[in-house]
Amino acid sequence: MSSNGGAPLVEVRGLKKYFPIKKGVLSREVGRVHAVDDVTFAVSEGETLGLVGESGCGKSTLGRTIVRLLPPSAGEVVFQGSPIGHLGARALRPLRREMQMIFQDPYASLNPRKRVGSIIGDPLKIHDVGDARERRQRVQELLETVGLSPEHYNRFPHEFSGGQRQRIGVARALALRPKLVVADEPVSALDVSIQAQMINLLDELQDEFRLTYIFIAHDLGVVRHVSDRIAVMYLGKLVELSPAEELYTRPIMPYTEALLSAVPIPDPDLSEQRERIVLEGDVPSPIDPPSGCRFHPRCRYMTEICREVEPPLTDYGNGHLAACHHPLNVDKETLAQVTASPKHTPDSADEHATPTEPAGKESRPIPNP
Amino acid sequence: MAERLLDVKDLQVHFNTEDGIVHAVDGVSFDLERGKVLGIVGESGSGKSVTAMTLLGLTRDVNTRFQGEVLYKGRDLLKLPETAMQDFRGNEMGMIFQDPMTSLNPVYRIGNQIVEAIRTHEDIDKGRAKRRAVDLLRQVGIPRPDVRVDDYPHQFSGGMRQRAMIAMALSCNPDVLIADEPTTALDVTIQAQIIELIDRLKDDFNSAVILITHDLGVVADVADEIIVMYAGRVVERGAKRQVFYDPQMPYTWGLLGSIPRLDRPKPKRLASITGSPPSLINLPRGCKFRPRCPHAFDKCIEEPDLVNRVEEPGHLDRCWLSVQEKRAVRDRTIRGEEEAA
Repeated sequence: MSSNGGAPLVEVRGLKKYFPIKKGVLSREVGRVHAVDDVTFAVSEGETLGLVGESGCGKSTLGRTIVRLLPPSAGEVVFQGSPIGHLGARALRPLRREMQMIFQDPYASLNPRKRVGSIIGDPLKIHDVGDARERRQRVQELLETVGLSPEHYNRFPHEFSGGQRQRIGVARALALRPKLVVADEPVSALDVSIQAQMINLLDELQDEFRLTYIFIAHDLGVVRHVSDRIAVMYLGKLVELSPAEELYTRPIMPYTEALLSAVPIPDPDLSEQRERIVLEGDVPSPIDPPSGCRFHPRCRYMTEICREVEPPLTDYGNGHLAACHHPLNVDKETLAQVTASPKHTPDSADEHATPTEPAGKESRPIPNP
Repeated sequence: MAERLLDVKDLQVHFNTEDGIVHAVDGVSFDLERGKVLGIVGESGSGKSVTAMTLLGLTRDVNTRFQGEVLYKGRDLLKLPETAMQDFRGNEMGMIFQDPMTSLNPVYRIGNQIVEAIRTHEDIDKGRAKRRAVDLLRQVGIPRPDVRVDDYPHQFSGGMRQRAMIAMALSCNPDVLIADEPTTALDVTIQAQIIELIDRLKDDFNSAVILITHDLGVVADVADEIIVMYAGRVVERGAKRQVFYDPQMPYTWGLLGSIPRLDRPKPKRLASITGSPPSLINLPRGCKFRPRCPHAFDKCIEEPDLVNRVEEPGHLDRCWLSVQEKRAVRDRTIRGEEEAA
């Protein structure tokens, strides 16, 4: 699927995105939504990074900040070696060709008054690609690529089903031959049977167009098929980053364990056998996130330290990072060797905090058949 | 034997439209006993929601034609006049809709919406109705229900809104609870909570549940019986274990295969059902699934009946393939292409 180890196509360093909350006649700032709080990672060319978390964890904001639909509050976004975090609209214009987005809701993300031809063709027009005839031909090729028919050129979005609309959204994103595609929950609004088609399509297109994906989802089942690495977010923080398969067999962060155990298994016996970790309540408010480890109020391994000290993102080897005081599935020897990732020492955290003994033993939220 | 609450016999719902007759539901039969959970599974446009809405009389319209019978405790709901239906709706049968964002009124407090539902059916004063609303919110797991009862829907998260919807549906202690895609708009973590909640409340309220979904994974835990619908028909019907462990209909295989499995090695490609469901105005001849079926053969041009073809009674399907053939080929269809190890 990809070649790991290539030069990073996109890098985020200490990225923060806060939204101010203003109140009163003077619009004074009374608080901030900490949507993305100090996130650092890199995505290599041709790689797919799955970005997973519950609603409100900041994964969409992160995606939008990376393609610069939003300006970062702090930190940097580096695309193909050059920082783009501070660029203005004009300077960003040529970069828009390289970065595109696929949106979640195929009903809301297509203009109902425009024909398919102009929905897909307008990006070409804006960026002065070819003449009208060439553009039309290009759009028709794209329609075929995503599994629609060239005759659909003159139709309106309402004439299509949800799955077909999402294909139009994909064709639009690919029109300018981008290098990076941020797909924000591209399948969660679709039926399961159509989801599988869509995932297979995105997979094929990646090979064909040499795309790099950032694939955002709330369901770990969906991202497994497309991802090379997976990043788990919770309340604006990156809490685990791991090669895809390893995350499923050896989750380190208890939050990841809970996410895994929530994915339904279509097999009554296995489903009954496995231990389901039901997370109590909802994600806390990102306006006033909990102290220490942000997951502590919902964590079943929580102890005193979790409440007070924010756990640093720690490297457990093999590119598997996690931020937890009580890591799961880590043996004593690894624990003695690990060091907090030097890139990632938030001011608030105790820099010398090393993970303590795992609270439980091996955790396998997914039973073996 | 438990009390039989609902008996649907050969239900047909057709809509007359400018483009022709839409055969939304075409001969659906099932029954439901107290304390049981029936899962209705199928893609968008398979008629599962229309079936559910018809039970509640929500599809009545000058352009709708009904046939068959919907017997609730022996009374035919299709023949009930609208005024009697209003009494019945919410009181005997409650419904939870898919989208908790749009099914709550944004300008009324959560509590008032529940109170309204209670006072529509029962003659009690506002104070008592409100206390009941608080109790209901507590039962569905809303923290500090005495305070949150005065919140507006926008102050609730998606999962909490769905809980409030459930509280409202349960407010008059209905015997049948219909949940139409109750978890599709929610996160996986919340999905598990909501399904568990519905299952628990079914026992607390001693009712029966119809759980409608497009995802077989959702019903794997809680359903007793499962109906798989396609193009307005039931294509497979059986006890949960029969449908999961001995699925007979290639469409069911497709639905099973489409779910990414975390408990199995990663396949190269996900198995998927090609194409999309047929137009309900112009249905294909013979087996309705034939155009999308990888196993279709000559005989499929004839319409198969929903009959028992396997050893176990009560497990019905609509497929011409012999049982031996099905058991030989289905695993490949469900599992997709395995990753070359």
